[in-house]
Amino acid sequence: MEKVYTNLTTGGPISVYVEDGKVTRIRPLQVPEEDYPKPWTVVDRYGRKYSPPKAMRIAQNVFAERNRLYSKDRILYPMKRVDWDPNGNRNPQNRGKSGYVRISWDEATTLIANEIKRLIKVNPDGTIDGHKITAITSSHHNWGIVGYKMGPFGRFFGMLGYTPILDNPDSWEGWMWGATHMWGFYWRLGQPEQFDLLQDAMKHTDMIVFWSNDPDSTHGIYSGQESNIWRVWLKEMGVKCVFIDPYYNYTNAVMDGTWFPVRPGTDTALAAAIAYTWFVDDTYDHDFVERKTIGIEEFRDYIMGKEDGVPKTPEWAAEKTGIPARRIRALAREWASKRVALAGGVRGGEGSACRSAYGTEEARFLIALAATQGIGKPGVSIWGTTMGAPSDYTWFPGYAEPESQMGKSPVAKYKFALTNPTKQRLYRLTFPDAIINGKDAFIGDGFCGQSIEQQFNKHEYPIEGHVKMFWRYGGSFFGTMTDTNKWARMYQNDGPYALECVINQDCWFSSETKYADIILPACTNLERNDLGEWAVGGGYTTHAQIGNNWRVIVRQMKCVEPLGESKSDYEIFAMVAEKLGMGELYTEGKTEDDWAKAYWELSDLSKRISWEEFCKKGYYIVPVPDDYEEHPAFRLYYEDRDCDTQDYLNPKIKVVNHMNTLEPTEHSKELGTYSGKIEFASESLKKLSPDDDERPPVPHYIPSWEGHETELYKKYPLQIISPHPRFSFHTHYDKHASWLDEIPIHRVQKDGYAYWPVRINPKDADARGIKNGDLVELYNDRGSVICIACVTHRVPPGVMHSYGCSAKYDPVVPVPGATDRGGCVNLLTSGRFLSKNAPGMAPNSCLVECRKWEG
Amino acid sequence: MARLGFVFNVERCNGCFSCFLACKDEFTDNEHLPTAAATTEGVNLIKVNEVEYGTGTKVKVDYTHSICQQCSKPACMEKFPEQIYKRPDGIVIIDPVKAKGMQEIVGSCPYGAIVWNEKAQLPQKCTMCAHMLDAGEKVTRCFECCPNQAMLFGDLDDPNSEISIYVKEHAAELELLHPEYGTEPNVYYRHLPKPFICGEVVCGDTDDCCKGAKVTCVCDSCGKKMETETDFLGDFEFRFLPTNEHFTITVEAPGYKPATLKAKTHGSVNLGEIVLEKA
Repeated sequence: MEKVYTNLTTGGPISVYVEDGKVTRIRPLQVPEEDYPKPWTVVDRYGRKYSPPKAMRIAQNVFAERNRLYSKDRILYPMKRVDWDPNGNRNPQNRGKSGYVRISWDEATTLIANEIKRLIKVNPDGTIDGHKITAITSSHHNWGIVGYKMGPFGRFFGMLGYTPILDNPDSWEGWMWGATHMWGFYWRLGQPEQFDLLQDAMKHTDMIVFWSNDPDSTHGIYSGQESNIWRVWLKEMGVKCVFIDPYYNYTNAVMDGTWFPVRPGTDTALAAAIAYTWFVDDTYDHDFVERKTIGIEEFRDYIMGKEDGVPKTPEWAAEKTGIPARRIRALAREWASKRVALAGGVRGGEGSACRSAYGTEEARFLIALAATQGIGKPGVSIWGTTMGAPSDYTWFPGYAEPESQMGKSPVAKYKFALTNPTKQRLYRLTFPDAIINGKDAFIGDGFCGQSIEQQFNKHEYPIEGHVKMFWRYGGSFFGTMTDTNKWARMYQNDGPYALECVINQDCWFSSETKYADIILPACTNLERNDLGEWAVGGGYTTHAQIGNNWRVIVRQMKCVEPLGESKSDYEIFAMVAEKLGMGELYTEGKTEDDWAKAYWELSDLSKRISWEEFCKKGYYIVPVPDDYEEHPAFRLYYEDRDCDTQDYLNPKIKVVNHMNTLEPTEHSKELGTYSGKIEFASESLKKLSPDDDERPPVPHYIPSWEGHETELYKKYPLQIISPHPRFSFHTHYDKHASWLDEIPIHRVQKDGYAYWPVRINPKDADARGIKNGDLVELYNDRGSVICIACVTHRVPPGVMHSYGCSAKYDPVVPVPGATDRGGCVNLLTSGRFLSKNAPGMAPNSCLVECRKWEG
Repeated sequence: MARLGFVFNVERCNGCFSCFLACKDEFTDNEHLPTAAATTEGVNLIKVNEVEYGTGTKVKVDYTHSICQQCSKPACMEKFPEQIYKRPDGIVIIDPVKAKGMQEIVGSCPYGAIVWNEKAQLPQKCTMCAHMLDAGEKVTRCFECCPNQAMLFGDLDDPNSEISIYVKEHAAELELLHPEYGTEPNVYYRHLPKPFICGEVVCGDTDDCCKGAKVTCVCDSCGKKMETETDFLGDFEFRFLPTNEHFTITVEAPGYKPATLKAKTHGSVNLGEIVLEKA
């Protein structure tokens, strides 16, 4: 007998078909036609109306969810490393080399509880000093606000008073460390609002400039493929599309856009030359610039060469970017004569260029271009093309809202996330160095969403003392961070600060799992109950449902029993807490469903649908109100009106009723910069970082510290970029869902092994005797990776492209620095930050050489 | 009676492989008798092929779909009438019981749409999700999930169906694969990749991009004339050209001497920079 359950993934809502306790099929959430509310409608410049199809356009990798659920990589029972003896020799040097023995849950939780007891002590005020324990999750273990990392994980480690490891904003570094100093939005980590920009573009935009942006591959992050059809509409309406990217990306291909193959690291030179042309031609929005920006004179002085004697002419930029001067000039002139949406990344600002050396400058330059042309004027925007559909703004919390975090939610009695007494912090990008060296110093609080000043907070490690236990949860950093051989070095480090106990909790054997001393099997969210809203993480991206055609809140149902002995994360932490004598403290006597129901009750959803009906039906589609009013992002700013968008974290507006009724304040016309205006010359940088020549007040083109103008280029003459992947999500789905290996763009099969592709221009391939389909070794002083060569015109000579986020780290010998067959090109990337005071990662500034692999 | 068919709008397809994966999800290890046996890893009933063409910075990437053409006169059925039959709705089915062990069936499809399942010892192909249609559904798994609405599915014999209306409206841009096989396929493709000729016109005196130049392209053998204008970058292109034909391209802009070039479409041709001399 077939039963159908509902669930939700990072790529959208699904219907799960189960027969005899086994999942047989997974389809996009099946909603009977009559159950869809009235769809929204947008109108184009010719008066034609468009509404979305009655279907849920989930991300393609989700179609392999069944394959991933039953992956041979699933961890089915707890395990212990054979040569890790907590009472004797711990042999850290053997991590990644030695085997495992199966142990029972009772043994595993006893071992862990004993280790924790050894490492913590109770403070006089009753809080726990657990600074010797540290832990981190990958970005997205699973979906659902009960099960998400800020739930069980955050609550458990908050309770233990651990040393947190701060996340860097890995997908939009330059926007957080740069854009905030130009237009504020620190409460959005530098990313712009996107409200109602679909309608704006359909009606008014003549040209879209996609700058380091491939929305058909990166999906507006969690919105699956919902926005694809918008771009089809825009294309078929005749909106011209230009793509500035070293790679002829997939959106470029389907939009049949004009490609500007900019050399990696020189985007800012291109932008500077566009601004130069506008200044020379005097084709910019003087009125807007005068009213709503400051610092244009300083910016102009830099562009025109008054500051440094170098006018940023198209000829000057041509030499750096590889794009002919006449094409730069023509683009600038067309841009000035048209209404242009600048698609600077999936949510407005992301993209590989901002994850490069001096990525702060790229982000700020894009804002400078949009501001110079009057951002907020109809059709003129920074719009990633993946968000901005009409929506209802009824409040339902995303996983990152304080209200839905188990460690600080109003529904929790004990708010451990707020009471952690440990002061010291570690930083994800330098965590391995901190462990190996026993010390670290960095600035910024990772995600700096509270203020601009927060970027300058100083951290030193250790304060309370060195960490001894590391609890890793979900995914693999080998494929997502930079210079990642250091993670292997950290695990195997047997020096004075060696990690004494490493725990890895995951659903699958990920590439980091084999470095653990104890392995704990977690179940997926198809094997537990939860609830969540499609695409809405909450937190720094308010109302992310505007990336969807339909606003869907899903009751995530347990579809099958957990495989093997795997358990939900909540159960796992509750079991360990029990052994610590903190069971009741941790769970407050609540089951996962008790938490789920409490969140439903707290949210506006409880006013729309009863718990019983929600559980029975499995979803609720929130209709767009009939009297929906458009409030396009930045229009109010252009028109000098009070902020009227639903950007509820904006401190310049007053949140009256939960989060959807907003009122203006006396500052509601302002942005979040010091002046309240767009700052071509940043007041915050002048004040907080006055002598920084790597992030000066006015954005500059600064030659990359690992680009074509460096000495290293002679030795390693190929620039490789590694943007976010197309068929997987961070390191999720790759490796564990073998069906994806049959997509020849994702991995290519050769001699029974699925290799990660690297794209190389025919000229570079010929020079090295490389043919399409050859195995090649990419190498530099940091590492060596085997990929399969795809010889293509889609990258210009001198540039290679290979996606980041390979989940498979498969060194030929288990020692750091060994050649990897799995395709983790991140092993080759530099650990250097964007710049000295902008501690973001820059994987797209990477020089390598490439040769045919004969091994 | 009906004649179910597909249309693939190549220009809209972005190669997301959702159709490919949804098909795997429906059939891998799932038996749908009597129309389909389970498939296994490596056995794919729909294939998506990436086609890259053009050179230099003028590249195009398209996707074509290899799938059973649900022919009105199926070559496979003609050769194997015992094992293969056509349903009243037009779907061609390989009987998974009767065809067991018969690898020779694979070669009977001129489109190469039948694949061999080594594990099950079965020839298999797309069934248009017949088991779902039989259960009252209106969609196939691939059609259901296409985010760019690059597919149509329906009854080509019903003049009021969306697919029939589309086929009628876009007849000039639609084609069947190898109609010369005579099997009368029921899968249409819109804008299949074809060679294109492109170039970039430059003003010789100023080195500016030459916007608005008139470009004509004449087929040397048939005399067919196409005309376009350069865009703001001086770029132009002529798309969907026949293979292995000779063309004469003329560029004219006021105040400049016209330029004439020749091209042969053994593939796509990038004429590169065409520098116009001042008249």
